[in-house]
Amino acid sequence: MAYKRQIDRLPIIPAGAKKHNVVCHYCIVGCGYHAYTWPANKQGGTAPDQNAFAADLSKQQAPETTAWYSPSMYNIVKQDGEDVHIVIKPDHDCVVNSGLGSIRGARMAEMSYSEARSTQQQRLIRPMVWRYGQMQPTSWDDALDLVARVTAQVIKEQGEDGLFVSAFDHGGAGGGYENTWGTGKLYFGAMKIKNIRIHNRPAYNSEVHATRDMGVGELNNCYEDAELADTIVAVGTNALETQTNYFLNHWVPNLRGTSLDKKKKEIPDEPHEEGRIVIVDPRRTVTVNACETEAGKDRVMHLAINSGTDLALFNAWLTYIADQGWTDKDFIEKSTVDFDKAVTGNKTSLEEAAKITGLTVDQIKQSAAWIAEPKDGKRRRTMFSYEKGLIWGNDNYRTNAALVNVALATGNIGREGGGCVRMGGHQEGYVRPSDAHVGRPAAYVDKLLLEGKGGVHHIWACDHYKTTLNAHRFKQNYKKRTDLVKDAMSAVPWGDRTALVNAIMDAIHKGGLFSVDVDIVPTQIGQASHVWLPAATSGEMNLTSMNGERRMRLTERYMDPPGDALPDCLIAARIANNLERVIREGGDEKYADQFKGFDWKTDEDAFMDGYHANAGGGEFVTYERLRAMGTNGFQEPATDFKDGKIVGTKRLFTDGKFGAKDGKAHFMEAQWRGLQAPGKDEQKKKFKYLINNGRTNHIWQSAYLDQENELVMDRWPFPFIQINPDDMAELGVKEGDLVEVYNDDGSTQAMVYPTPTAKKGETFMDFANPTGVVGNVINDGVNELILPNYKQTWADIRKISDAPAVTRGVTFKSPEYSAG
Amino acid sequence: MKRCNKLAEVGRRQFLTGAVIAAAAMPAVALLPEKARAAGSARVEYPSNRLANIADLKPNEPLEVSYPDEDAPGVLLKLGKKVSGGAGPDGDIVGFTTICPHKGFPLSYNASDNSFNCQGHYSRFDAESGGQEIWGHATQNLPQYTLRVDDKGDIYAEGLDELLYGRLSNVL
Repeated sequence: MAYKRQIDRLPIIPAGAKKHNVVCHYCIVGCGYHAYTWPANKQGGTAPDQNAFAADLSKQQAPETTAWYSPSMYNIVKQDGEDVHIVIKPDHDCVVNSGLGSIRGARMAEMSYSEARSTQQQRLIRPMVWRYGQMQPTSWDDALDLVARVTAQVIKEQGEDGLFVSAFDHGGAGGGYENTWGTGKLYFGAMKIKNIRIHNRPAYNSEVHATRDMGVGELNNCYEDAELADTIVAVGTNALETQTNYFLNHWVPNLRGTSLDKKKKEIPDEPHEEGRIVIVDPRRTVTVNACETEAGKDRVMHLAINSGTDLALFNAWLTYIADQGWTDKDFIEKSTVDFDKAVTGNKTSLEEAAKITGLTVDQIKQSAAWIAEPKDGKRRRTMFSYEKGLIWGNDNYRTNAALVNVALATGNIGREGGGCVRMGGHQEGYVRPSDAHVGRPAAYVDKLLLEGKGGVHHIWACDHYKTTLNAHRFKQNYKKRTDLVKDAMSAVPWGDRTALVNAIMDAIHKGGLFSVDVDIVPTQIGQASHVWLPAATSGEMNLTSMNGERRMRLTERYMDPPGDALPDCLIAARIANNLERVIREGGDEKYADQFKGFDWKTDEDAFMDGYHANAGGGEFVTYERLRAMGTNGFQEPATDFKDGKIVGTKRLFTDGKFGAKDGKAHFMEAQWRGLQAPGKDEQKKKFKYLINNGRTNHIWQSAYLDQENELVMDRWPFPFIQINPDDMAELGVKEGDLVEVYNDDGSTQAMVYPTPTAKKGETFMDFANPTGVVGNVINDGVNELILPNYKQTWADIRKISDAPAVTRGVTFKSPEYSAG
Repeated sequence: MKRCNKLAEVGRRQFLTGAVIAAAAMPAVALLPEKARAAGSARVEYPSNRLANIADLKPNEPLEVSYPDEDAPGVLLKLGKKVSGGAGPDGDIVGFTTICPHKGFPLSYNASDNSFNCQGHYSRFDAESGGQEIWGHATQNLPQYTLRVDDKGDIYAEGLDELLYGRLSNVL
């Protein structure tokens, strides 16, 4: 039986309810919402003068109405200590989403902490410490004193390299400019921490380093470009599921042909048609299906390449496009260097590429024509987009470069209907002191931890147990190291701080690790930690971020953080204050002085100290100005403040000047070298099934909130593995059965989801799921910049359980829309 | 979707009566702000509306109905196998709204896999699994009718299990 809320009416938002600007804190797209709040003992009415919409709510509202909200958009939360009703509903006037809400974002209210309605009771509401053999509640002062004393002692003994840090670097929940600055100022300002990694990878590095080295920042266009392009190229991005409303609100109009008028108006001197799309993905996704539904199969090319062979395809495109003379010679001449070098170095024939990718020569030729063949003598406008299929795939650096080469060769950066952009995961929100000391390549932090390095580990909204490679071994080892410290702590009374710190340090000398976890919920890695510090999330604090077209907005604080939780920026500041205090006590005045400058009282203090004072154009940006800019905000960088508005930048590189030191964009040599990461070839030879992996629509990220949401858990009680029915027959498994996925690196489990469109031998598993971590079977091979390859993973599969009872209510039908 | 207009009209006349009663009952409370008193029940009063007779249903062919009033289109289906929320002697009769709970677009029924599909944004719901959203954007599974079938084979809808799109009270 499908989960039903049995809700047959909702409280009506009264006229005069408080209205707050909100940006969805989940994915990169950053859809605009408003949060309405009003006192618990009040309600609006159906008459137009009684509700916030001035609508007659005694009548059925039309499709796409502004005057409706679903039960998931409603909750009761605390605001300034009082219970209030809250509705968080999509904003129809936001240019990003035009009123659309995804299955993730439109549950923000339901996913908020509510005492009255018992939602998200998993939230951490007070500091907890390992005491008397279990996690026990304590005060901020008590917890922070211990963190500071152990951290300071480890630094004293091992230097700052003994402090390991795992920290978000993005926007939205578990990030934002305030919080990346807070943590950044602590670890890169007060200290120079080298052993630091980011939430989804084992080192501190860019996911798209090549494009940056080429002088082409990865978020260089605007969402409107997807409406203006002649052709969209989508590489390793399943946009309908992972950037949902960007796809629905900006790609679909082009594929449907409803943006034709806009094309004619904005780009008047050339012919226009409905958009075409080239999708590079070994797997048929719902995105492919939706594109075919909208544009017709004849305007959609799905290039279902052999997994991990993107690079060969891109080099063949470059070679063929150059041979045909379809390049933008003027642009190449004026704005770039090394074109000839790249064309020569990357030369790949159609036949070679066909052999490597599994495509036909005709498919490669035709897709190249869709990308670059002039239209009635005019340059074709093509937008290139890519995400985790490329980023977490084979030979990241070179593959990224090879795609940017094609975009540059065809003059598609800085122009309407163009761009070469990552699609993004989280929103962005990075402003920190320089990270130059981290070095290149950065330290492989998870490997160092596994090898016993470091004495103390600060974790900020990261969960290695779910989101690293070689996760099975990592977990085993991390548990051993942190258990050493737990046992030592249990052997001394808590109240004797000197004895406690000495016991912890003794354990560290024996290979132990002291672990501090800052998060909004208990995490899996947190099970091993000794201190949990409760953080606030977006909406419980004021939070700024930018989306995939660099659109910056302020989410206004609309509710209280649960219990004693604090914004991350203030937690970082309080850690700094405590470190300063204990280091000064220890007599090192000079080092203690480095921890000055953390006297922030509010999120706005951190914003002004960070973004306002340090970001490019930050001097034009304040909370007050952002509030007035609403959910449309402005596109970074800000260039001015004029007529009461922050002036932004719609597209980057429109003047043909690029980010390299010489002001040019640099083509890059990027030769094909097969499966690059160590261990991949061997795994492929030895194990039968490709375990491709990624996201699904219902679930946000690692399900850290969804694991407590009935709608999601009803649909996905277990992580799925999509398997071709012929493979299922060979394995002797049925829908809903639980299978073990195993290889020499580890093992994990998943629920069988029959998928006729899956290629035989190629499965697809939910990524980072709490009850089936695909990272367990991903080997530790990385690229030259320590970027993981999660996608090209091979393993064997065997049944471990018949379908559990809970799966009987689960549908196993195709996700593909079909009107029949 | 195949329609059976004649039967739909019969159904419409039947439940209009119920809808009028419900509509009249609701505002009576709201119009008395001066005399504060408990505003009726915690849940809405659903009308019991005869939507059709079993004999009107053909296997796996949707019969257009409306519930709880004529502005709330839906369908009855005889799926031919016992399913979640199924009524009737074979436990195979189900009723669902056909307004997508995401943005209010009309759903169409795909008889080949017993799914409701939204042409607006590609959401899909499974008629055989209580309207579970197979894939899509709605934050609810598809609102399903609570059905009762009497001795004569008349099918009555008597409730809904989720909020309908476009109304903040299922009974207006």
